[in-house]
Amino acid sequence: MTAAGMATSEVVVTGLGAIGPGARGAEALWQVVLDGKTMARHDTELEAAGVAVTISCRAPSFDADAELGPKASRRIDRYAQLALLAADEAAGHAGLAGGAEPERLGIVLGTGGGGFETWESEYRRYLTSGPSRISPLALPKALANTAAGLISMRLNAQGPNLTVNTACGSGATALLVARDMIRSGAADVMVAGGVEAGITGLAAGAFAQMGALSRNPDPATASRPFDVDRDGFVLGEGAGVLILERADHARSRGARPLAVLAGAASSADAHHITAPPEDGRGARLAMVNALAAAGLDAADVGHVNAHGTSTPPNDTAEARAIRSVFGPAADNLAVSSTKGVTGHPLGAAGAIEAVFSVLALRDQLAPPTANLEILDPAVALDVVRGEPRATTFQAVMSNSFGFGGQNTVLLFTTA
Amino acid sequence: MTELTVKVVEILATMAGLPPDQVTPDTTFESLSLDSLDLVELTLMLEDELGVEIDRDDFGELVTVQDAIDAIASTDALAA
Repeated sequence: MTAAGMATSEVVVTGLGAIGPGARGAEALWQVVLDGKTMARHDTELEAAGVAVTISCRAPSFDADAELGPKASRRIDRYAQLALLAADEAAGHAGLAGGAEPERLGIVLGTGGGGFETWESEYRRYLTSGPSRISPLALPKALANTAAGLISMRLNAQGPNLTVNTACGSGATALLVARDMIRSGAADVMVAGGVEAGITGLAAGAFAQMGALSRNPDPATASRPFDVDRDGFVLGEGAGVLILERADHARSRGARPLAVLAGAASSADAHHITAPPEDGRGARLAMVNALAAAGLDAADVGHVNAHGTSTPPNDTAEARAIRSVFGPAADNLAVSSTKGVTGHPLGAAGAIEAVFSVLALRDQLAPPTANLEILDPAVALDVVRGEPRATTFQAVMSNSFGFGGQNTVLLFTTA
Repeated sequence: MTELTVKVVEILATMAGLPPDQVTPDTTFESLSLDSLDLVELTLMLEDELGVEIDRDDFGELVTVQDAIDAIASTDALAA
């Protein structure tokens, strides 16, 4: 294949894996989202840590040693454990074993903070007992890049391997980069996704100090994207992993394409370190460029999985940006935020929501936005609530925005 | 077996996810899939349990469990 041929290669999704609030497994988590009930719960660990906010959306527990090897719980931080579980599932789903040449199989993972738990516990040891008590495993566990390394060991993936960080956009950015790697000819197949395990005293405490977290005392109604009474996000956690593959490679090995990752784009607000501009212009630019990259018109898109964090500034800025990009076509758009159910899994969000977007396309269903009772009057969009909405669409847009003003937008189309 | 041997075997077995009777002084670290990072962890745990400081500088190449026990036992605090 010529270089020019590669640059126009179609990139398809051939496998999905996820673990997140309320469920393990891509299909099970999708069902939780379709059920539309929030997974936010009172969090006794955050309470014990003295954090002002004691609500979170946790992933189901699992036996790391039984699933990932006898040394996993001691040698692998929870963030990488979650990533390994999602990668295993996605690789199995895609039938990757023996299906890709090891040197042409790569990995891009996104995470906001990497091993929060390890940084915190080791720093505590350092302060109380001195540097001679720091575990030799501190760095291999805590560094944000080691999950991608562990997945490469598990899948014998010897191709391109890296970790990206755009804070809460990380999972989506990983998919963007992985798509580009396939199109540039660097790999045939990429394991790509995002992970976060940031429901810890330090991380939750820091988000609470910023005023980013909901202070609603009732877990049942705390995460309420696009609702007029929203007052912040609820911390979630988890991992999402997708297998991306050059379309002709998938075809030649008989793998069934679930969707096409038709376009992706990244932009910066160049505005403020955490707050979006009120008109959402950075988000708008990423949406416009993703449509251009996919060769789609706004009217081709029928569903948007919004970033929709449930913070007051994000949801109105994003809504204005969507309205501005889609114009009159926005009236035919089913907009959902799945964070009403999952809370905000930070660096995993973009990848978990990419999983939801692929399944929404398959099922022709836009999931409901949990806890949306009274739509913010500043949100001039048709936001899905109550039940999943059956609708016909060929393309779905997934938005992810991170601190630093970093925006990533993905577009999936039917295979 | 000395108290030190019992402790070392117990900790290494836990690390490797094996019952203690499957770890003996002749067992190699390679067969337990334990590496140099695990050995430093081992010394930290022993320091906690035995309340001594172990000098890790003299460890050199450790192949078997007995090698580790010898290296640890030769540190000043335990040799005394």
